[in-house]
Amino acid sequence: MNTSNSGNVGIVIVSHSPKIAEGAADMVRQMVGNAVPLAWTGGDIDGGLGTNVAGILEAIETAWSPAGVAILVDLGGAETNSEMAVEMLPEDRRARVVVCNAPVVEGAVIAATESSGGSSLAAVKHSAEEFYA
Amino acid sequence: MSLDRAARERLVRALADAMIAHAEELTSLDQAIGDGDHGINMKRGFEAVRATLPGLADKSLPEMLKAIGMTLVMKVGGASGPLVGTFFMEFGKALPEAPVRADLVAATDKAIHAVMARGRSEAGQKTLLDVLVPVQAVFAAGADGRAIAAEAAQAAERTTPMLAIRGRASFLGERSIGHMDPGSRSASLLIGAAVAALEFEVAS
Repeated sequence: MNTSNSGNVGIVIVSHSPKIAEGAADMVRQMVGNAVPLAWTGGDIDGGLGTNVAGILEAIETAWSPAGVAILVDLGGAETNSEMAVEMLPEDRRARVVVCNAPVVEGAVIAATESSGGSSLAAVKHSAEEFYA
Repeated sequence: MSLDRAARERLVRALADAMIAHAEELTSLDQAIGDGDHGINMKRGFEAVRATLPGLADKSLPEMLKAIGMTLVMKVGGASGPLVGTFFMEFGKALPEAPVRADLVAATDKAIHAVMARGRSEAGQKTLLDVLVPVQAVFAAGADGRAIAAEAAQAAERTTPMLAIRGRASFLGERSIGHMDPGSRSASLLIGAAVAALEFEVAS
């Protein structure tokens, strides 16, 4: 987990594998430095492959920005757990967090690059999803 | 139906025992067409639920169901946490304190629609909905406990020849055919355990 105090859209990376999530976050940092708030989470609560809602909520908190947070996920459970986590957020934050339909590594790097230029949450999501559209 | 405290505790223990006793079977079903973690995930979730006894059974039935759902969402990991957890949470939310059979039918219907929304799925895609939807239909039509449990078991069997369209098994395409859906199996086990624990003491 790492973050910055930027007002840009935050990026959260959710993978079944903590190594993939951390590695994708490293690639994002290499691209945009500390220009965007960034957090990653991966693994189930026992440390096995999987995702968990508590970890996702914590990552959203870490990467929180008033401009919102874009979540990049790998396989189905990561998406379902992320959507559950978004619904559990306080109401004033819920509308400012989106799950992107994009490949996790490429999507995270593109979303962060878009965010680093000060783009809106909608523009960040659109850029990430456009990649393979 | 009035479930007293002892019946509520019996219900929770029966659900947990079913998932714990069948963890290996569920895992081996999931190894065939998924990522092989369904048994261990459901076991972890229901062990966490059971660990909230005896306090859990002090709650009213709706509150207890909501609490079970929240524990499953937080502890299961994998897509089955939010899916099965959503069922329990929405079931609890939709139930009055002392439900009659019509209330249970209406509440399970709401809960199943919430699972459909959560998974963006419907019956026919080789998921737990292939058990929940037909069981709901026989329940709504007036089936007794025995008939409900039988339908649950048969519905799970009927997923074997199905082609997976949602979930990890869908990656396998036609190779998903010929294996029972693990989520359907766990749903049928939970339904069977609930019916047996309660002896279906539902007033009509």
